[in-house]
Amino acid sequence: MDLQIALLLGQDGVTNGAIYALLALALVLVFAVTRVIFIPQGEFVAFGALTLASLQAGKLPGTVWLLLAMGTVIALIEGATAVRAHRFRRLPLILLLNCGAPLLLAASLLAVSPAGLPLPLQVLLTLMLVVPLAPMLYRLAYQPVAEASVLALLIVSVAVHVTLTGLGLVFFGAEGSRTPAFTDVSFEVGDAVLHGQTVLVIVASILLIVALYFFFERTLYGKALRATAMNRTGARLMGISGDLAGLLSFTLAGAIGAFSGVLISPITTIYYDSGFLIGLKGFVGAIIGGLASYPLAAAGAVLVGLLEAYSSFWASAFKEVIVFTLIIPVLLWRSLKTRHVEEA
Amino acid sequence: MKRSLPATILLLIFIFALLAAPALLPEFHVTLLNYIGLYAIVTLGLVMLTGVGGLTSFGQAAFAGLGAYTTAYLTTVHGVSPWLTLPAGLLVTAIVALSLGLVTLRLSGHFLPLGTIAWGISLYYLFGNLAVLGGHTGISGVPPLHILDVELRSGRDFFYLIWAILLGLILATRNLLDSREGRAIRALKGGSVMAEAMGVNTPRSKIVVFAVAALYAAVSGWLYAHLQRFVNPTPFSLTQGIEYLFMAVVGGVSHVWGAILGAGLITVLKQWLQDWLPRLMGESGNFEMIVFGLLMILVLHRARDGVWPMLQRFWPQEVRRARAEGVPRLAKRPLPEPGSVLLEVTDASKCFGGLVANDRVSFRVRAGEIMALIGPNGAGKSTMFNGISGVDPLTSGRVSFRGQRVESLPARRIARLGMSRTFQHVRLLPAMSVIENVAIGAHLRGRKSFVAAACRTDRDEDARLLHEAAVQIERCGLRDQMYEPAGNLPLGRQRLVEIARALAADPCLLLLDEPAAGLRYTEKQALAELLRRLRVEGMGILLVEHDMEFVMGLADHVVVMDFGRKLAAGLPEEIQRNPTVVEAYLGGVE
Repeated sequence: MDLQIALLLGQDGVTNGAIYALLALALVLVFAVTRVIFIPQGEFVAFGALTLASLQAGKLPGTVWLLLAMGTVIALIEGATAVRAHRFRRLPLILLLNCGAPLLLAASLLAVSPAGLPLPLQVLLTLMLVVPLAPMLYRLAYQPVAEASVLALLIVSVAVHVTLTGLGLVFFGAEGSRTPAFTDVSFEVGDAVLHGQTVLVIVASILLIVALYFFFERTLYGKALRATAMNRTGARLMGISGDLAGLLSFTLAGAIGAFSGVLISPITTIYYDSGFLIGLKGFVGAIIGGLASYPLAAAGAVLVGLLEAYSSFWASAFKEVIVFTLIIPVLLWRSLKTRHVEEA
Repeated sequence: MKRSLPATILLLIFIFALLAAPALLPEFHVTLLNYIGLYAIVTLGLVMLTGVGGLTSFGQAAFAGLGAYTTAYLTTVHGVSPWLTLPAGLLVTAIVALSLGLVTLRLSGHFLPLGTIAWGISLYYLFGNLAVLGGHTGISGVPPLHILDVELRSGRDFFYLIWAILLGLILATRNLLDSREGRAIRALKGGSVMAEAMGVNTPRSKIVVFAVAALYAAVSGWLYAHLQRFVNPTPFSLTQGIEYLFMAVVGGVSHVWGAILGAGLITVLKQWLQDWLPRLMGESGNFEMIVFGLLMILVLHRARDGVWPMLQRFWPQEVRRARAEGVPRLAKRPLPEPGSVLLEVTDASKCFGGLVANDRVSFRVRAGEIMALIGPNGAGKSTMFNGISGVDPLTSGRVSFRGQRVESLPARRIARLGMSRTFQHVRLLPAMSVIENVAIGAHLRGRKSFVAAACRTDRDEDARLLHEAAVQIERCGLRDQMYEPAGNLPLGRQRLVEIARALAADPCLLLLDEPAAGLRYTEKQALAELLRRLRVEGMGILLVEHDMEFVMGLADHVVVMDFGRKLAAGLPEEIQRNPTVVEAYLGGVE
């Protein structure tokens, strides 16, 4: 390996690592607030990438149907609850939010041809299609069992993951897609070539992390989420609704996932089931941070990206083996570090 | 375990149906039943792990893969007999499971399943990329099994072997769960604090149950390799591992028969969905996973115990009873001389961050003495209990018990020395019968381990343990509720069950945290009478209690705590007259 290849691999590693870092942050956030280990995070990456690809190919992305279906089910459930409680005045809002908005979105997709739109608008449409799925998932799959054990919630997560992967196959087919690069610019740094897309991914990741920092430090909702993460009961006593915190953290995680998908789709070909492995690599990073520390999780994720890039050079067949075996020494290190005391 | 008549008849019908099945059914259905049997073996391990032990794994398919690949490799490359590769596969699996367990089981519960996901993926890619294991095409030409010169070539031949092994494992699992170690495993689900305080080595129990589940999977993998006569990575992928968990959850994760039911339901459903879903979709793919995922979410929302309990309601359940006649009592620990110092606490402090919950508290408890620890709410009494019993060790200070320093020992070691306790917030296993709950207290008075339990060579000892539990239950006045699920009792009586459980450990020092709370007047009197009798026998008792009448009529000495400090100590009459104590309780008189 010469320096040029080393730099190239390093560039790959950092790029993927930046994506994993975003996912790791989302995973830590969701776990801290809701105790859900959000395995379906990866599906949001795949849905984001493939929805954008569908829009660019002039096809109606299948995620529209999912949005409409989930909206309808939620409207039915919430509507029935409202009717039983004789709170009829809530019905219009429930319908508007869960059925009206998705229908409007679907109609506008049919009205304009998204393939011809400029890229930022396509990305915006993608996010509008994919991100709402996350809070809807929380409402349908997690909220009814929000008080269950971490273990039960994990099994729910795996069930959701399996369902979404299956739906991904139905929506997007078995072929993979790759979207064109956002920019063709490249820089020459010494011997190496730095691709504009790489810079874009890293800059976008850093910007997103900074934005998250300000959200958590400076805004009321960010503080509410932090309070819930620290002490659920205490936060509830202070008037922070656990359901709201759950919906909010899932929305953030969905947004981070879908945006990561948009960022990564020009770099690698994404298939309907690619999200799982990408999400799990974020997980390995998150576990390095003990599912608790944001900076450690991000650093761990970058480490995973680098390890993956370099092992793909030396032992490409064993790339996944190496990355996922990394978790063993990490867990060993954590188990030596922590002394687990049960709550009385 | 004694079974009720209808249950026995059902079991016999089931076995006869199995015996007749290969002769009556077409090849396709026999194959399906073979697969159900293989899956049920793996699922049975998951039932033990998830439903009984409260742990879980998505990597069971990978363990099955270890069993399958070990035999495929050894038989094809080195020509080893399949009957030797079974122990070899079990050994490989045990080593992997033990090391994985040692790494993850000390962390909180969700790291194990996450670890198994990673491990499931990693092993799948390893199988697929190692040239010696045939890469993604796998290993073919695995030799058939022979039993005494009979070659098992067809699915029909295999049928009896698979189901005999499955039923044997179900029997062994049931035996194990209905034993001393089995009760310890079942106690894991209620959290490790109680189990540890009763002397159970919970990390060991967890690792054993994890390893046993892995070994079941390896047996299934070994059978699979010789049934299929070839192996490739696909059946050992993470997806299959997830499917095993689905089988366990759908069937009924807390019941051994739920394993067969779940494996059967999912396998048949999958077969059926794979037939018509692609036709519906117009293309092929794993569409059945969408249905499985939704089904799973529905089960977890609406019927978390799975399908088996719904069927089980149709026949009466029999609870195992203690043998009353001719059971020799367990050996008792010699009690220390009455009046000798049992427990000496010196300058005990406990801090939670900046909060000082105990501040240099010192006192002694003697054998044959009832010492009461009283004080307003939040005075640090329960914290002191946790410090003494090793549940949540002190920050500084000394605790010596029967002349031995114990402040840095784990709770189970302290329990072994003869200290037993109850919890202020009752820690019983609500679904287990009262007698089984109390028998957990006698854990340290038995020796027989897992293998003995599975083969039922532990029956004499287990009868003695249950008999001891029954004696202590009667002593606490709960004779009529002995075989009821503990969760059905009112809270006050659950406290009495806790006392019976503590007594079953044959302690010389008993720590009781608010034993009289929630009891009626006559029950309190009976409890006081019991404690007086224990005192006469020479036991030392340390008591936290808010009922002053109860305390003052019973205790020999009283220590008063307030804001983490020792406020006063002395005879009950002195304490009642002590002005600082009166002020702490009633507020100052201005």
